[in-house]
This record gives sequence, C-alpha cells and structure tokens, in this order.
Amino acid sequence: MDLVQLQRQFVDYTTSLFNEGFLDDQFNQLQQLQDESNPDFVVEVVSLFFEDSERHLNELTQSLEQQNIDFKRIDAHVHQLKGSSSSIGAQRVQKECINFRGYCEEKNIEGCRKCLQQVKHEYVLVKNKLETLFKLEQQIIAAGGSI
Amino acid sequence: MGMGMAAETQFHVLAVDDSQFDRKLIERLLKISSYQVTVVDSGSKALELLGLYEDEERNSNSASVSPYHNLRRDHVEVNLIITDYCMPGMTGYDLLRKIKESESLKDIPVVIMSSENVPSRINRCLEDGAEDFFLKPVQLSDVKKLKPHLMKGRYKEETDHQQFNSNKRKSIEEIDSSTDRTRCRYNDELDTDTS
Repeated sequence: MDLVQLQRQFVDYTTSLFNEGFLDDQFNQLQQLQDESNPDFVVEVVSLFFEDSERHLNELTQSLEQQNIDFKRIDAHVHQLKGSSSSIGAQRVQKECINFRGYCEEKNIEGCRKCLQQVKHEYVLVKNKLETLFKLEQQIIAAGGSI
Repeated sequence: MGMGMAAETQFHVLAVDDSQFDRKLIERLLKISSYQVTVVDSGSKALELLGLYEDEERNSNSASVSPYHNLRRDHVEVNLIITDYCMPGMTGYDLLRKIKESESLKDIPVVIMSSENVPSRINRCLEDGAEDFFLKPVQLSDVKKLKPHLMKGRYKEETDHQQFNSNKRKSIEEIDSSTDRTRCRYNDELDTDTS
C-alpha cells in the first residue's frame, strides 16, 4: 500500500473511532501534547492506560469473587478506571464505569458483575482499536510520511 | 526534576498526584507550557521537598527576620503547587491546609484538581486558600489559567494581602462559570452528590 493510501486509511479509521464513540475529543487534546521533543507521548500515555486498566480489572475481578464484597474498594478501583479512561478519551469505557459506580452505590452484586463484563468488553475493544491505529501510524512513518 | 535553563525567570511548579498516569499528563501539560516541573506522588513528599520541619509550629512562634528561616536548608523554591484532591493518607485538601498554616509557605499559590465535581468540596478548597480548582481531565486551557496566579504570587512578595482577597472573589466567580461548562459532561455525577 502506498503512502497516500495509508494516510487515507489512517484518517478514515480515526474518523470511524470518533463516530462510533470509542474515542472523544479528549484524545485530540492528547495529540496536541505531542511534538518533536515528545514524539511518543500519546503511545506512552496510552500504554500506561493499558497497564493501569488491566491492573484495576484484575483487582475488580478478584474483589467480586470474595465471600464478603468490599464495595468501597471496588468503587475506588472503578473511580480510578473512570478517571484514566476519561483522560485519554476512551468514552465507552468511561460510560460503563459510570454505570458500574451506580451499582456499587446500591450494593448490587449482580449489577456489578454484569458491569464488570461490560467494562472488560469495552476495554478490549478500545485497546484493539488503539493498537491498530498505532500500527497504521508506524506504517506511515516507515513509508516516509508523517501524521 | 526539570533542569531550568533560566531558573530566575522560569516558574517552578510542584505537581502532586498519587496516580502515575495523571502525573505523566500533568507533567507534560506543565512542561509544554514552559514551566519547570517537579512531580511527586504524595502530600508528605511535597512537604518534604518544600522543606517543612515536623515541628513547624514551634519554629513559627519565634521572631524571625526572614519567613524562610524555619525551612530546611535543602528546600526547593516553588512558585505554585498543583495537587490532586483524592489521595491516600494526606489529601490535597490536607496539603492545602498545611501550606496555608505555614508562615514560610502560605504565600505559595495552590491549585486543586479533582475528577469529581462536588460544589461543596470546591467551595471549601477556595475558602481555605486555594487559588483555583480544576476538574480532571485537566486541559491545556486550564494550565493557561495558572499564569495570573503565578504572577500574583511574585507580586505579593512585595505588596500586602488586599490584592489577594479581591482575586479570590474573582476565582470563585470564574469557578462558577467553569462548573456550568463542565456540568454537561458530569451530569450523571451531580445526581449522586449527597455532600
């Protein structure tokens, strides 16, 4: 695929991510923080988001499997996850986190468990989308272009 | 720590946040705005860096020529502190109080950040001396608002507190309009605000 086609594909893919609600304007804000002195900023921040999220999701899974559910602890993890997903613009993950906190407040175990599945699902989706996006970027740069 | 090239003219901001992710963001936001930045992960580390002794009360009672005499020798000069509100151990609010109660540090402007839009929390911080309150995710446009607080900090070193009070009123007005702006993003949270 030539450079022009790659760049076209990149633009189309990015547009679709916004249209389908996977990303919101906060992701654009992050791009503005990237420049020649910090060319990998977005990738670094997103990688941190992946690490953080996976840690929180593991903790949440374990917490919901306990005999005595610690809703305060669960809420703390969901709160963090909501914060970081909102900071990178992962809108669908953020929305599921808001629902999750609602069930936490009601101490609704089934609701929490279902929400956890939803959050995991949305997280995996956005992770795949972002990794695809970064791969496209790399291909463009390798072909001599820029974003 | 950043290596400020023209340390006298470049403002030094101390950022405090327990989340590694948020630290990376705020550091980048500040650096891209040309501030010298130091980032720490807790209020106690911040106080240590600022040079506060454990027995600050005893020291502040003694007569002194310079307000900085009761700080440790190796303390760092900062022009503004920006801190997360929700942190384990010492919260951002606790940190704010300790700074404002310290003879040597009380004139350093403090800005609070939080991912939760709780009006009573915001007002309490402003009433207890915070210059401003940013809702997370913090934007470049928020960081741009720091400049006047930093300039005022420098100006206040030579003048009295009257300027400070009129600016505090202005900050409250600005916050009211900015929470209106963010209300549409955080509508769901407002319904669960019980404090």
